[in-house]
Amino acid sequence: MSDAIVRGFVPQAKARPPRTPETHYLNVEYGVKSWLLTTDHKRIAILYLIAVTALFLLGGAAATMIRLNLMTPRGELLPADTYNKLFSAHGIIMVWFFLVPVVPTVLGNFILPMMVGARDLAFPKLNLISWYIFTIGGIITLWAILAGGVDTGWTFYTPFSTKAARTNVIPTIIGIFISGFSSILTGLNFIATLHRMRAPGMTWTRMPLFLWSSYATSVILLLATPVLAMALILVGVERAWGIGIFDPDLGGDPILFQHLFWFYSHPVVYVMVLPAMGIVSEIITCFSRKPIFGYIFVAWASVGIAVLGFLVWAHHMFVAGQSVYSAQVFSALSYLVAVPSAIKVFNWTATLYKGSISFETPMLFALGFIALFTMGGLTGLMLAALGVDMHVHDTYFIIAHFHFIMVGGTVMAYMAGLHYWWPKMTGRMYSDFLSKLSALIIFVGFILTFLPQFVLGYLGMPRRYHVYPPEFQILNVMSSAGASILAVGYLLPLIYLIWSLFAGKAAGPNPWGATGLEWQTPSPPPPHNFDETPVVTSGPYEYATEEITDVH
Amino acid sequence: MSTNRGLVAHHFEDIEQQRDVEAFGMWMFLATEILIFGAVFTAYTVYRLRYAADFEAASSKLNVLIGSINTIVLLTSSLTMVLAVHATRAGRPKMLMICLLLTIFFGLTFFGFKAVEYYEDYEEALVPGLRFDPGEWAERSPPANAGHVQLMLVFYYIMTGLHAVHMIVGIGLLTWLVYRARRGTLTPARYMAVEVVGLYWHFVDIVWIFLLPLLYLAGTHRASDLHF
Amino acid sequence: MSEQLTPTKTYYSVFAALVALTLLTVGVSFFELGNWHTTVGILIGVVKASLVALFFMHLLHSSKLSWLAALAGLFWLVILMGLTLSDYLTRQVLDF
Repeated sequence: MSDAIVRGFVPQAKARPPRTPETHYLNVEYGVKSWLLTTDHKRIAILYLIAVTALFLLGGAAATMIRLNLMTPRGELLPADTYNKLFSAHGIIMVWFFLVPVVPTVLGNFILPMMVGARDLAFPKLNLISWYIFTIGGIITLWAILAGGVDTGWTFYTPFSTKAARTNVIPTIIGIFISGFSSILTGLNFIATLHRMRAPGMTWTRMPLFLWSSYATSVILLLATPVLAMALILVGVERAWGIGIFDPDLGGDPILFQHLFWFYSHPVVYVMVLPAMGIVSEIITCFSRKPIFGYIFVAWASVGIAVLGFLVWAHHMFVAGQSVYSAQVFSALSYLVAVPSAIKVFNWTATLYKGSISFETPMLFALGFIALFTMGGLTGLMLAALGVDMHVHDTYFIIAHFHFIMVGGTVMAYMAGLHYWWPKMTGRMYSDFLSKLSALIIFVGFILTFLPQFVLGYLGMPRRYHVYPPEFQILNVMSSAGASILAVGYLLPLIYLIWSLFAGKAAGPNPWGATGLEWQTPSPPPPHNFDETPVVTSGPYEYATEEITDVH
Repeated sequence: MSTNRGLVAHHFEDIEQQRDVEAFGMWMFLATEILIFGAVFTAYTVYRLRYAADFEAASSKLNVLIGSINTIVLLTSSLTMVLAVHATRAGRPKMLMICLLLTIFFGLTFFGFKAVEYYEDYEEALVPGLRFDPGEWAERSPPANAGHVQLMLVFYYIMTGLHAVHMIVGIGLLTWLVYRARRGTLTPARYMAVEVVGLYWHFVDIVWIFLLPLLYLAGTHRASDLHF
Repeated sequence: MSEQLTPTKTYYSVFAALVALTLLTVGVSFFELGNWHTTVGILIGVVKASLVALFFMHLLHSSKLSWLAALAGLFWLVILMGLTLSDYLTRQVLDF
């Protein structure tokens, strides 16, 4: 066992400039077939990256249309039913085809096996199959959206979705149903890998926190997704058969659909944000050059969020007509989720304290995450309160709240992770200046887009309307202006990251001086990640115990 | 670890690790399946509690005889399935083949009875939206709410239908095992494929074990209900 | 996975028990039990399902991980049913 593959902080040789290895997973085979039939988790991650990025751009295009339409109170740009289809498309694509898969399938697929010191995931073929399932589901959904569209919103509430809607409900449902199995298979694969494929010495408490949060995420994917699948099947059956189980005419209860739907769709918020938190934990420690503060608390907070996240779903239904007693229980339970979430924020802050902080691009995104996630989380507490929720339910306050979590949280952290591991994935460095600029643009654009929406919602502007009273125009124009800045911020990385593939400097195995097994192999990694199975002898963030080297 | 080298996929350390992971993977999938059926069971429970009398009335119209026979048929198929696993591990290829074919046979027998039952249901006007007579239920004594009865029947078709879909998948997997058994790639050292398919097959059996009381045995039956 | 083979006799005994329980559960449905039919049926079903899981699915000799997965599935089913019913069972209590 040579020293180089024992985990710990290994300072880079300063004299030699980093070089790209001769054989790595990208050039070991060539041709379309070698990609479409690959079982290498790293290549599958790249396949996901391409699919997910394309879908993000489509979802973003729908958002752009929405914001353009809302520039004027009368909504002159789009007819009402087109507007309905656009916000539905935006929600459906962004939730199921971007936010849920993005971190686990792109970064998780690539990094997770390397972090545990394994040669691949436990079920490599299943991993490829899950990409195909995802792609097929995505294509069906996109076809449904483009060939006529669907106007139910992403929530498919009955009886509108079963009786009234005259749009492509069933094809959309089929697409989402199919793609759900890709989530399940990914979760299954991750859990099996984390239980059984860890390198010798990699005990649970030596795992990087990204792995803990990936585990928690996988539990949710595995146990929540099937309920959504059935809820959607039941809608589809009722719609196709013309007779069904949410039909009030027969004594059925539409609120039952909401229970089943939110049993999945609330926990799935944590599918989006938990891996994001894992990324942030990695990055905050790396660029503070300190071990994480309170490792065990941050680790178990992930599990706590995953479990508690299943106990709060009916807070989406406070005004839907559920029992008042049950609403009180769900409200109280909802507050509980704040505890593990706050633990994480406090621990990141404590990690930064007296750290040797360097503001590299991933760190900028991660700090942005902490700020925006905290705001999103705190407004979530306001919404957990029954009385407040009655007032702002179905207004832009809700929209602003969950965009702070999903865009300010998940997308920020995804950008952080993408910039953090990009050198590992491609072996290339991207433009330092442009990437920092884009972090800044995204942060400013985000605040300008969504902060006014809190005010709009509080003043009473309902969500999903394509017209609004003229007094709301100034805030809406601010929001739309912010959205255009945000769009620039998202398009910029697309340009410099692709550029870096051709013109970027070679990154070397460990450009950030980070700990973690994934940094112990060359960039890009060889096909089987490690020539020898690594042996782990220490905890994940041994930064302070080694001399601090100047990494740039 | 070195003795089983040829059996082990490149990313595993040894055969024990691989077997463990394969069984665990299927168990995780079954946890997912519990919630797939669980979602429908939950919805059913909500209405079952709310419209108890109407659900019981509808339940006693279902064919309890065929439901019970099919339960025994499925249990028998589970027995032959587990014997197939045993035969693989004991190194008895002929026995394995017989057990696999018997399991498929019982699976198809289940479908045969099920088809007869669906036909009976149609004949007795128990198919909402296709052949159903609300008046008949209102005239019963005590009268049943035709809407609630239809709810119960819709559940009956969704739950048995979902179960049937799983059976079809199971028969497909068994056919794949027959193919592998013919090629001789199921050996005492490589038995996990049979074990894992078995896990799935038994789970589908367990689902039916609960469908029987939930759908067929919700109300009191009379001896005259025992007919094909 | 256990290394030792379960004797086939065990399987036949379990099968006999399962058939007996099936006859019992169907037989019970011919008696006047009022609202208790489903409860009794479910209880017998739980016994039968446990037999299948423990012996046919070899849970008895399986690794802790398999238990973990099986119990997680059941635990989450309890969450789903329990909290959903917490709504439906308390709907009528408050009468405005």
